[in-house]
Amino acid sequence: MWIYEKKLQYPVKVRECNPRLAKYLIEQYGGADGELAAALRYLNQRYTIPDKVIGLLTDIGTEEFAHLEMIATMIYKLTKDATPEQLKAAGIEDHYVNHDNALFYQNAAGVPFTASYIQAKGDPIADLYEDIAAEEKARATYQWIIDMSDDPDLNDGLRFLREREIVHSQRFREAVELLKDERDRKKIF
Amino acid sequence: MSNKQMPKEFYTMMEELQSIDFVLVDLTLYLDTHPNDYKAIQQFNEFSQARRQLKNQFEERFGPLQQYGNSYSNYPWNWNESPWPWQI
Repeated sequence: MWIYEKKLQYPVKVRECNPRLAKYLIEQYGGADGELAAALRYLNQRYTIPDKVIGLLTDIGTEEFAHLEMIATMIYKLTKDATPEQLKAAGIEDHYVNHDNALFYQNAAGVPFTASYIQAKGDPIADLYEDIAAEEKARATYQWIIDMSDDPDLNDGLRFLREREIVHSQRFREAVELLKDERDRKKIF
Repeated sequence: MSNKQMPKEFYTMMEELQSIDFVLVDLTLYLDTHPNDYKAIQQFNEFSQARRQLKNQFEERFGPLQQYGNSYSNYPWNWNESPWPWQI
């Protein structure tokens, strides 16, 4: 089971209301390489991956939910005081007429989240390579959002998340090596 | 919806918890792929203990951080009392 803790993994601050930045950030909420996709991908792969890496997939998958909450907090804080005019100026009036200020699992272009973002191949190496790629793509997305953002407080949180993608990628690479070692040992009689 | 203003210690203790937890999260993932690193496990257990103490201190003042019996409750039920993470 999971235990919720009433606390963010890392503090989230924003300088001011800025719905345009929220529009970019929704990519990491409900986009293909976003935090929801990451959490669901790893936690779903756990059941058929070799025992040696189940702990890692469980722990990274769980951390992704903490990142999802950070992204949600950023979007919430960037939009909670926005007027309809500000939302219109930011180009998210399409979102507003459907959802008001509520969050929705979609990407920056408004495409709803789909399970087809997530693969589960049943082949441990293929699955872990997908996970490494997912982390690298998420890292790149964070970089592009930081490049577009002029909010230093927001960027502090985004940099933390970008660094976590690097650590996750590293751990997944090590997991691949652990499985290769195990496979090679089995061939020696 | 509203942003409740909490005493200064709420924010400092929360940040302290977050920094201890950062060590613990990072060590957890590291140990998942380096299970034989004795020193890292020692460090993990030390921080785990410090974390437990700080959690208790925080909860005595500001109410439960977790549910399902992992935190005590005051009367009345105070799970909803302190601000939620996005309201801080």
